[in-house]
Amino acid sequence: MDPFNNFSGLVVPLDRSNVDTDAIIPKQFLKSIKRSGFGPNLFDEWRYLDRGEPGVDCAGRPLNEEFILNEARYQGASILLARENFGCGSSREHAPWALEDYGFKVIIAPSYADIFFNNCFKNGIWPIVLPAEVMDGLFELASRDEPMQIEVDLKAQQLVVGDAIIDVEIDSFRKHCLINGLDDIGLTLQHVDDIKAYEAQRRQQAPWLFT
Amino acid sequence: MAAKTFYDKLWDAHVVRYDDDGTALLYIDRQLIHEVTSPQAFEGLRIAGRSPWRSEANLATPDHNVPTTDLEKGITDPVARLQVETLDNNCDEFGITEFKRGDLRQGIVHVVGPEQGATLPGMTVVCGDSHTSTHGASGALAFGIGTSEVEHVLATQCLIQKKSKSMLVQVDGELSAGVDAKDLALAIIGKMGTAGGTGYVIEFGGEAVRALSVEGRMTLCNMTIEAGARSGIVAVDQKTIDYMQGRPYAPQGDHWPLAVEWWNTLHSDEGAEFDKVVTLDGASIKPQVTWGTSPEMVVAVDSTIPDPAQESDPVKADGMRRALEYMGLEAGMAICDIKPDVVFIGSCTNSRIEDLRDAAKVAEGRKVASTIKQALVVPGSGLVKAQAEKEGLDKIFIEAGFEWREPGCSMCLAMNADKLEPGERCASTSNRNFEGRQGQGGRTHLVGPAMAAAAAITGHFVDVRSL
Repeated sequence: MDPFNNFSGLVVPLDRSNVDTDAIIPKQFLKSIKRSGFGPNLFDEWRYLDRGEPGVDCAGRPLNEEFILNEARYQGASILLARENFGCGSSREHAPWALEDYGFKVIIAPSYADIFFNNCFKNGIWPIVLPAEVMDGLFELASRDEPMQIEVDLKAQQLVVGDAIIDVEIDSFRKHCLINGLDDIGLTLQHVDDIKAYEAQRRQQAPWLFT
Repeated sequence: MAAKTFYDKLWDAHVVRYDDDGTALLYIDRQLIHEVTSPQAFEGLRIAGRSPWRSEANLATPDHNVPTTDLEKGITDPVARLQVETLDNNCDEFGITEFKRGDLRQGIVHVVGPEQGATLPGMTVVCGDSHTSTHGASGALAFGIGTSEVEHVLATQCLIQKKSKSMLVQVDGELSAGVDAKDLALAIIGKMGTAGGTGYVIEFGGEAVRALSVEGRMTLCNMTIEAGARSGIVAVDQKTIDYMQGRPYAPQGDHWPLAVEWWNTLHSDEGAEFDKVVTLDGASIKPQVTWGTSPEMVVAVDSTIPDPAQESDPVKADGMRRALEYMGLEAGMAICDIKPDVVFIGSCTNSRIEDLRDAAKVAEGRKVASTIKQALVVPGSGLVKAQAEKEGLDKIFIEAGFEWREPGCSMCLAMNADKLEPGERCASTSNRNFEGRQGQGGRTHLVGPAMAAAAAITGHFVDVRSL
């Protein structure tokens, strides 16, 4: 995983609550055995007017001009504004894979579904939680004709929006992993002795778990 | 010693170590694996030159992609076939037991796990699938994970976790006859909302929950994820223990009494405190039908579709309007006037033998309405199918006009050929009514198995208790 660097990015507002992972990446694309290349099919059923199938070049497909991601002013966006319970439903990691492949590095929402929230961190995406009233303000700014840029500073845990600074909370372990692009497995394997000690003790207590 | 919740006990028994900030390394007893969320995890192992920590702690079966017709024909979709073959090859290469297609034990992971006794009380169980919460009915701490975590568990047998908050959902009173675990689950989600459980592990308790069979509890715990919770659990009782006894992966010989002794402690202590308590009156719950594109958009079968104009939260009202437009419905319409085109009985929520018995009871001696284009019954596993056939349920369904299929996830998520066409409306015993879930443009109404069968027979939603 690449380290998460500070950046300034264009913001696109997706003004719906309960956006589920089926909407983020429909099931037919889950047949892939790879973890890359999902970006063109991000929000496939909302983004295109025809039925998306794996292996089809999306460049020639009819776009749904009414879908916000297709608007000219939001091309190149790397920050997604969303509403409550974003990423609910299926555990598919294909959802953050598609968001990341499209170019999103940060999502800002009042709340997320649990599994999706975890999956983001494993893929270098920072899912930021902000109160609903702050979100309302950001949605208003992002919906203006002149699209909004946000400066993202993970180290300082801050977003800079024009003259305003918004402080953001993040779990210290997750921040450490994002900033350094750390592989969780490598970290856990530093504790091999602890795992083995646990297993030895557990094998005594509950031997049926090890047959 | 302080009184502990059931969740505390499950958690404490699996902590390998804590970091200074309270992050725990949690030991995982069982990982279930299927073809869709595992190829990239195995590939990750291979690239890093790692091997599974304990191959025997994993159990695999293909389910999402498998066709439910014509076993002999194999998988004709080349992309799906490659994914299933990739699972076969990965399991062979890494020494993981897999119930392959054609094996009687193959089926939906969340049906197969308990059926084999592979997901036991007191275990931690994970799978790259959100409906892993199902196994909480066995008294296990079970939750869905992403593919990176699948790889993490393969490589280390552990996960990095923070403890969730605890919630008790207490359902007092008896469910009335004809109201099942699915209705209970939908009623709970209707009350709490799809994010009501976010950040929590929910323990289901109370008279109505205790009265459910272990399979009924699986339906309830299965739907916990639709309330946003990490896991749903039901305390172990004699029903749980009886259910496990004699299953292939259950403890044998001297291990059995040892296991039962521990299992009998797996409940919340008297006086244990929860971060949140929600209570429901079981007796007042009626059969439920969803009308929208989120499981929280649900009402009792004798109700009408709610009006977004009456909703004070503008974001919610907008979601309701969008849902009604997608579903092709109007506020104020009676649920009983909604006419499905397709009926689907199956999925990890409702494809066990008791579900099929409930549906067959309604279908017996009746015919599927002429307006129904397709009515599918998809058993959850090869063993469920065989048991149903032994009981003659297949004949009841076929005589009534249902199709009797091979096991798999099928039309729950429509990754195989079983899918809705745009605009088609389905009475479905599955778990999600999201836009496009059962096929692009498809419209899903979630119901229990008896209610789905009743809709198939009458051609519209109807209170199954009135048939």
